[in-house]
Amino acid sequence: MSVETEARPVTGDAPPPARGGATAPDQRALRKRERRFLYRDKWWGYALIAPAGLGLAVFYLWPVLQTLYYSFTEWGPFGGTTWIGLENYRTLVHDPEVWQSLLNSLVYTALVLLGIPVSMVLAVLLNLKGMRCTGLYRTLYFLPVVTMPAAVAVVWRWLYNGDVGILNQALSALGIDGTYWVSDPGVVRFAVAAVGVWMTVGYNMILLLAGLQGIPQDYYEAASLDGAGRVRQFFSVTMPLLSPTLFFTTVLSVIQSLQVFDLIYMILGANTSVGVTNPAYSEGQTIVMLFFQKSFFDNQRAYGAAIVCVLFVLIMALTALQFRLQKRWVHYG
Amino acid sequence: MRRRSLLGAAATTFGTTALAAGCGSPSTPSSVAAGPRRGKITYGVWDVYQLPAMKKAAKEFERTRPGVTVDVQLTPNATYWTKLRTACSGGSAPDVFWMNGPNFGLYAANGQLLPLETEGPDAVVDPAAFPSDLVELYRWQGTQYGAPKDFDTVALWFNKELFDRAGVDHPDGSWTWQDLINNAQRLTDRRRGVYGVGAPVRAQENYYNSIPQAGGWVISQDRRESGYADPRTLEGLKLWIDMIHRYRASPTLQQLTDTDATQMFQAGKLAMTYECSYNAATFWADPALRRKVGVAPLPKGRRRASVIHGLANVVYAGTRYPGLAREFVRFMSSRKGALIQAEHGTAIPARNGTQQPWADAMPTFDLKVHLDAVEYAVPYPISTNTAAWSHKELQLLSRAWSGNESLADVSRSLTGAMNRLLAQEGAA
Repeated sequence: MSVETEARPVTGDAPPPARGGATAPDQRALRKRERRFLYRDKWWGYALIAPAGLGLAVFYLWPVLQTLYYSFTEWGPFGGTTWIGLENYRTLVHDPEVWQSLLNSLVYTALVLLGIPVSMVLAVLLNLKGMRCTGLYRTLYFLPVVTMPAAVAVVWRWLYNGDVGILNQALSALGIDGTYWVSDPGVVRFAVAAVGVWMTVGYNMILLLAGLQGIPQDYYEAASLDGAGRVRQFFSVTMPLLSPTLFFTTVLSVIQSLQVFDLIYMILGANTSVGVTNPAYSEGQTIVMLFFQKSFFDNQRAYGAAIVCVLFVLIMALTALQFRLQKRWVHYG
Repeated sequence: MRRRSLLGAAATTFGTTALAAGCGSPSTPSSVAAGPRRGKITYGVWDVYQLPAMKKAAKEFERTRPGVTVDVQLTPNATYWTKLRTACSGGSAPDVFWMNGPNFGLYAANGQLLPLETEGPDAVVDPAAFPSDLVELYRWQGTQYGAPKDFDTVALWFNKELFDRAGVDHPDGSWTWQDLINNAQRLTDRRRGVYGVGAPVRAQENYYNSIPQAGGWVISQDRRESGYADPRTLEGLKLWIDMIHRYRASPTLQQLTDTDATQMFQAGKLAMTYECSYNAATFWADPALRRKVGVAPLPKGRRRASVIHGLANVVYAGTRYPGLAREFVRFMSSRKGALIQAEHGTAIPARNGTQQPWADAMPTFDLKVHLDAVEYAVPYPISTNTAAWSHKELQLLSRAWSGNESLADVSRSLTGAMNRLLAQEGAA
């Protein structure tokens, strides 16, 4: 890029480099220099990304390949692997716990996606002209995003406490009998998803807000001249022009929600003496929690590797599907 | 952000373990090779509360061995086992480290530990100096691999204030299960949110005691068979399930999920709770609680029983200092090493005759109860891969506790699952 902008004024007609204009040999010399720049820049580029690239290869790509390899082996508790082909995957298909936790992860993802319209409404509200204290609101909504999921989980576990939690205290003031939010198999998914939404709404809101501010005012002026009301403007101008940002947030939300671990692990109390004895554990356990359990507690690391490989494929498939479907609703203005 | 940290962490863990695994498993030096006489040995522990005592004992050992230093390495409990397993595969585990019952089988069966002599001039462990269940716990196929470090027994802790308010006599050694049930019901005061006794799904504190009290068993002596089909074992479980659903004298499993039994007891919402001896120090640390609570022997079922478990010091098979490491282990289990532990008051030292200072450190608690429990103690149930079935145990039993499944159904699925896992151990 820098080469282009540097070269253009010279070859173009803007400020003449030498008195009387550039002659043909001059131009050839310049082109040569330009090529040399390009060549040298290319190597500089590689040299500069090398440290990060190397780290990525050693710490991400290589382990990913190894994990794939180990998913076809049996791994002894102290190392030592034997190739067993598809055996882990065969076990996995017949393991009801895998299906249950996959379902839990998918339900959680679907529920967290419901937070995107909420973020959208918040972004539009914060983008309104004449809105006061927008800075304060932005901070308030964004705070959960920069809070450690572990801390969030600990606090929400207390809020959700059936006997002394503030949520049930508030509900009882309204004459409603609350439940045991994190140990009732019927509600646990909604309870954790609510926290998930609360944690992601701020992030999506900021992205959407940036998208909104990128829409030129002219479109709205033109629309209102044509007689479009607020609502019509929202659906005919805002929505189409915001669709690339919406698409981005959806893709990201799906990827992140499918990998959720620490938040739910700790809200369920799995890190405490309660462990797996939470009556709602099997309804709350996500696929990454299962992977963690199998790999690091049950001494079945290879089986754990197979579980994450399945998750990897699932995420890839869902993302590919989203990219395919985007043609129907995303407009790149 | 979360994505990176998660998959990244998982992937790197896999990566390092794999690299480590490539280095091959450590050779097992024979007892003849003693290794260097001086140098630095490392000692792996996980309990921050015991760290001062461990450091003091290490200093004492260094004093008697010029040229030897002991580096006490603390790894929090949550990551201790994961890290240790990885370090063992890579040949870089601490020379001496803490071991517990549920993990012992895995390390012993996979040749990760050095045998410790039990007789002759080089004896590291004198079996007669420790409660026999503890010595037995760290013996694998006739070979001793661990020197008992400390132990914990279980007793009935109660809140005197709640007893006095309900006009119930304080519990004592004469109590039976029937007394426990009757009085728990009398102590329950739902209006105040107070319950008679906590019935959580806890193995060591709760059903590993009630099962042998009823005459049942968890695992057969040869560690091949599950005891969860025995009607007497089920009686030991039924006590707790009935306490919740039939006698309504315990909080439900849902309530105990939100606030665990020990926390509830500390908050004055439980009149009684079954607790391990190490919690005595926790209760003692709270001055308000210190005045309010007392301790009594566990109520009798068909027989009297309290499960005993304790940690041991073990020597890593890949150590460069097999001689020094053994000497350090011998010192830690000696009278002197044990007394240093006892003075700090967190864990009961395993060596016979060194326990009194532990009890004396908390004079208003009748801690003799915990010490006397050794006489009627039952061993902690383990096998080679204890973690695999104990996970299933908790998972399935909680279905019976919550009332979602009948105890008979849970017994069937648990017996099946546990026997399958035990058969896999035998085959491996």
